[in-house]
Amino acid sequence: MADEENKPEREQPSVLDDIGALAKGLRTTLGEYFSPQVTTEYPEEKSPRSERYRGRHYLRRYDNGLERCIGCELCAAACPVGCILVIAAENSDENRVSPGERYAKTYEINMLRCIFCGYCEDACPVQAIVLGPEYELSDTSREKFVYTKEKLLEPLPPDVQARLDRPHPSPPPEAGEGKAL
Amino acid sequence: MRVFGAKTADFAVSNFYNDPIGHWVVVVLAMVVVLFVLLTGTAYTVWFERVALGHIQRRPGPNRVGPWGLMQLAADGIKLAFKESFIPAKTDRVIYVIAPTIAVAAAFLAWSVIPIGLWYNVQYWIADVNVGVLLIFAVSSLNVYAIVLGGYASNNKYSLLGGLRSAAQLISYEMAMGLSLVPTFMIVGSLRLRDIVEYTVHWGPYTGPIPLILLTPIGFVIYMISAVAETNRTPFDLPEAEQELIGGFLTEYSGLKFVMYYLAEYINVITASALATLVFFGGWYLWFVPPVLAFFLKVVFFVFVYIWLRGTFPRLRYDMLMRLGWKVLLPLAIVNVIVTGVIIVLVQG
Repeated sequence: MADEENKPEREQPSVLDDIGALAKGLRTTLGEYFSPQVTTEYPEEKSPRSERYRGRHYLRRYDNGLERCIGCELCAAACPVGCILVIAAENSDENRVSPGERYAKTYEINMLRCIFCGYCEDACPVQAIVLGPEYELSDTSREKFVYTKEKLLEPLPPDVQARLDRPHPSPPPEAGEGKAL
Repeated sequence: MRVFGAKTADFAVSNFYNDPIGHWVVVVLAMVVVLFVLLTGTAYTVWFERVALGHIQRRPGPNRVGPWGLMQLAADGIKLAFKESFIPAKTDRVIYVIAPTIAVAAAFLAWSVIPIGLWYNVQYWIADVNVGVLLIFAVSSLNVYAIVLGGYASNNKYSLLGGLRSAAQLISYEMAMGLSLVPTFMIVGSLRLRDIVEYTVHWGPYTGPIPLILLTPIGFVIYMISAVAETNRTPFDLPEAEQELIGGFLTEYSGLKFVMYYLAEYINVITASALATLVFFGGWYLWFVPPVLAFFLKVVFFVFVYIWLRGTFPRLRYDMLMRLGWKVLLPLAIVNVIVTGVIIVLVQG
């Protein structure tokens, strides 16, 4: 036995060593059993996401409630999968939607096609379309995945909403205000 | 579950039990209760296994269906029950259908002789057979028929290979398992499980039942290893070996027939745990703990050991399995029997 131990290379492991190895394995798994779990209980708790995470899209507004989108269709042109449909219309003084000449009458994104690359966000000259943090987008039919403008548009700023909700007539937001932005 | 033994003959139930018809009523009732308890126990063994394996891998395991995921098995059972009962073409239909039935029947049969406890003269078991251990061995060997026949009848080479492996495995481990318990029988002098549990020693001031593992530790180790092999569980689950044999004998089984195999496997686990409890760990005796509860706790502990082994060790290669069985466990078991015999002769003679 002593001669064998003096050999530097290849010691024949004894039965006791083998049993020790088995015991070590059992000890390891038992240690894991009582150590804290690493699971994130998903629907209840969510793992943090990067600030630059690209989730579902939003169409933004200016602080005065006007839509940013000017209907230029650059996002649709930049989209590698062609999931964006923009149909523009002219702004008029009676119906002013965006500060520019035109606005998006129809703005639809087919979320089933979208690859969330964020090129639309890059292409937009007025930062109208942005990708938000939401990623739980599952739904029950294909039709529901075509996000319309109503769904994409972010709500009016609270002060504008309050102004609109006021019962007595108040002066409408000035048309020139948006252009200054 | 014999209700009220001879000591409390004045009880009405006892009279009822001594009556031939009443006897059968009680026995059949006991069978129904054992069947129900076993089925429930199996369901929660599966749950326990999944949770314990989850904890070993630092995740919680099933915890969505019901409190702590306790209803998970109900959900799984309903799902499996509604699956199409599919029989592949060119199978041997009769054998294909009978094979899982054999597995379940054999697994349940063992519980006809397993004593669960003795509590205030109430005997919690179906039958007190004087060769109880032999009967358990006999029916647990039947399980291999289910696997071999299922593998043969499926008309699938993976199934067949799984079945063949199971047969070879059983031959290798059955003997070691049997011999591992022989020292216990030599010490106790009886094959009746109740006698083994109630084996009393007079050691100085202490007189009473002891866990027999104190006298037969090597037998216990051999028993545990060969029981894992006998029930086809990791690290000896070569008959199903997912990575090499798809699902082995289970490949072509689905729906309720799959459930039957699954059920049989877990009942066999509980049976092996119960036998370890009875033969090596003093059955229903555990300090002040009530007998039936003590038995339950010990069985749960051994089931946990099974799961623990499964969560720790990788599957043995086929030749390793054979080598361990024939070259290590069997000689060790024989030596164990001889040495125990010599010691008994020296102590008593």
